[in-house]
Amino acid sequence: MTTITADGHIDDHAHDADHKPAFFQRWFMSTNHKDIGTLYLIFAIVAGIIGGGISGLMRLELAEPGIQYLQAWATMSNGSEASMDQAYHLWNVLITAHGLIMVFFMVMPAMIGGFGNWFVPLMIGAPDMAFPRMNNVSFWLLVPALLLLLGSSFVPGGTGNGAGTGWTVYAPLSTSGSIGPAVDMAILSLHLAGASSILGAINFITTIFNMRAPGMTLHKMPLFVWSVLVTAFLLLLSLPVLAAAITMLLTDRNFGTTFYDAAGGGDPVLYQHLFWFFGHPEVYIMILPGFGMISHIISTFSRKPIFGYLGMAYAMVAIGVVGFVVWAHHMFTTGMSVNVKMYFTAATMVIAVPTGIKIFSWIATMWGGSMTFKTPMMWALGFIFMFTIGGVTGVVLANGGIDDNLHDTYYVVAHFHYVLSLGAVFSIFAGFYYWFPKMSGRMYSELLGQLHFWIFFIGVNILFFPQHFLGQQGMPRRYADYPEQFAYWNQISSIGYAVMLVGVLIFFVNIAYAFVAGRRVEGNYWGEGATTLEWTLSSPPPFHQFETLPQIK
Amino acid sequence: MTHFLKAWILAIGLILTPTALSAQEALPSAPVVDPAAASELEAADAPAAAAPASGLDTALYTPMKPTPGIGMPVDGNIDFQEQFSPTGETAHWINNAILVPMMFGVSLIVLFLLFWVVFRFRRGANPEPSKTTHNTFIEIIWTVIPVLILVVIAVPSISLLARQFEPAPEEALTVKVTGYQWYWGYGYPDNGDFEVISNMLPEEEAEARGEPFQLAADNRMVIPVGKPVKLLITAADVIHSFAIPSAWFKLDAVPGRINEKVLQIDREGVYYGQCSELCGARHSFMPITVEVLSEEKFNNWVRANGGTVKGEAEEPVVTETAAVDTTSEIAPADAAAATN
Repeated sequence: MTTITADGHIDDHAHDADHKPAFFQRWFMSTNHKDIGTLYLIFAIVAGIIGGGISGLMRLELAEPGIQYLQAWATMSNGSEASMDQAYHLWNVLITAHGLIMVFFMVMPAMIGGFGNWFVPLMIGAPDMAFPRMNNVSFWLLVPALLLLLGSSFVPGGTGNGAGTGWTVYAPLSTSGSIGPAVDMAILSLHLAGASSILGAINFITTIFNMRAPGMTLHKMPLFVWSVLVTAFLLLLSLPVLAAAITMLLTDRNFGTTFYDAAGGGDPVLYQHLFWFFGHPEVYIMILPGFGMISHIISTFSRKPIFGYLGMAYAMVAIGVVGFVVWAHHMFTTGMSVNVKMYFTAATMVIAVPTGIKIFSWIATMWGGSMTFKTPMMWALGFIFMFTIGGVTGVVLANGGIDDNLHDTYYVVAHFHYVLSLGAVFSIFAGFYYWFPKMSGRMYSELLGQLHFWIFFIGVNILFFPQHFLGQQGMPRRYADYPEQFAYWNQISSIGYAVMLVGVLIFFVNIAYAFVAGRRVEGNYWGEGATTLEWTLSSPPPFHQFETLPQIK
Repeated sequence: MTHFLKAWILAIGLILTPTALSAQEALPSAPVVDPAAASELEAADAPAAAAPASGLDTALYTPMKPTPGIGMPVDGNIDFQEQFSPTGETAHWINNAILVPMMFGVSLIVLFLLFWVVFRFRRGANPEPSKTTHNTFIEIIWTVIPVLILVVIAVPSISLLARQFEPAPEEALTVKVTGYQWYWGYGYPDNGDFEVISNMLPEEEAEARGEPFQLAADNRMVIPVGKPVKLLITAADVIHSFAIPSAWFKLDAVPGRINEKVLQIDREGVYYGQCSELCGARHSFMPITVEVLSEEKFNNWVRANGGTVKGEAEEPVVTETAAVDTTSEIAPADAAAATN
């Protein structure tokens, strides 16, 4: 990796390189990886606003014990007076939508579709993705997927409108427990999002294996590309299992099969095995590209090559492989045998080792460096510490015997928000600030960026840290209301949301500022620490780049 | 011919059932419960709540008052609930003596290293970066030390698992726990096979009884103190999860499956838990209340419920058993219909 040096010339001198198609053709029939990446990023921001807004509704309702707003909201969405049960059902719809939107329509499109599309071809010195038209199909499958999911909130789903099954869609709550088309729509939404991701994964694998610039061997490939490669394999191997699992849900619901119905010889726990065989790799799908981005950012702002490059690459491969054999730790309380529980306890703990290698290698990258603390670096530093906290609580939860008490409590909610909301989302913001000027050609406000970081950092910690305490005290997750013994920490948690919200608003102000008044930037605005190929191009890069392939020494 | 007709009638009935149900939802004022009088939740609970007072002989059993702060969450607390089962105490110890120091240790080391590099290797302090990219020794160190830490955690953790799975002794009391949407049923097959139906107490009722709202149930699951009790856990409709945080106990109630686990609580008292697997609209409102009594008091409770005490001749009058059974076995919806 350290040996990557490009010819250094700016590649946008070609006469036809910047010939852009007309608006409709450019944005609706796009085959350009950068335009599709931009579409993905816009999509992720829109989905993030919806998903984040929903979590705001949830924290508002949970701010104090008792049902304050749910019934009014349910009445609003029903158009007629809603019963208490419909209000409680609305709660389940909110948690379901928040989970699915954040996972499938925010984090994945931002990381893989957005940054992956934008920077994998740039980093490997390729003119575009291997299958540009399929790339467009991937994106445009996501739009109807999101519309189906959002639309499902307005059709009957059992007790009230919408799919109230949780993002895990466990049978039999999702089969015999949810009569009406809402859950069918949600399942079809997942089918489309899954197909979109599988096509994307095929595209990335083909691109990375076949279109690297001459001289760029796998072991010289930038770590972000490595992370997307591993992620693409995880997607390719896990999503078909999800597709099978939810297809059987669909036939159980509509065509009288009994895959998940014990009365007909099926088993509800089978669904959980299939779901988590996908679901556990999925959590690595959401974090691995972040690992890649963080590596580049740390290296850039320490002005130092990545420490232990090969260890970093193969740690990601190891995380990907082991991530496939630990799924049942999500099912410790389903009544599995002692031997199975012991195995999944041990296997899950093993993942801490490659993760530890990554944390320590990032610190070693900074060690001896010459560090500056621009906005992306602040997010990266925040990421390392927050992800460590999410990691150590993960080691606690890995113990099947300890998990008996913590399973399905707020401790779990706190754990996965530390690795996702403070891990994956921190890395998305880090990548966004790192590459935004490259993508747009304009610099954001450093002051607003720092302000965004600090307010968001403080907010999410107030928001999620007390949830560990709630979980240890026994508060179950997915509760619309709680005994007053949980009131104190819930109120603190809701205050944290408000603080975080201020940070997010600053983020949007900052984007607006950049487009209106942002300084135009040169090709490599981070200076000598930034060594990958995208920095050899102008900002924004030409519409078509690398018409003569760069040579990697 | 008649079979053919019957099949058709059944089929049409089945097709129409959901329509009828949704029609009921659309017109909530017509059937079963009058929503004008109270919210649906309270209305559904009311008849079941009324049942125990009339059904149970107060000379034999009066519900115990809970001890504040025991067997229930404490507002603002950051630790686990105090544990009252042998495995719970061990697990709590493993968490507080091994896992929490591990968490603090690792997090603080990472935090310290971050502060150190930020301070020592900022551009102002170190303008010329080094070019080091490898150090095999340190890479081995930071691979091996985490492995050792994990081994230290794994040994007690695996033995805890083994203990949690020790089967109940032959003579242990069996309680059959069934999750319903949205209440619990506790069956006592060793004691004449009666079933206690357990609904959440409405707020005023809970306050009147000095119990925490949303944790208290009208009829409790009652078990003898200090003895392993074999719980057979299942569900009738969707998946629920039976949890008692102060006994480190949680096991899913899965329809079509009977999960078994030993529950032992070593102190007389009242312990609360809540359903811990998303089960539909009233998931938040099907609490678990366990009352732990001495053997003698437990036997009296069994008698009060019209059950038979193990080892005693089956004397209780049959009619009495039947009478009590009907009151306690009626599901709340049916009870509501009956009272209407």
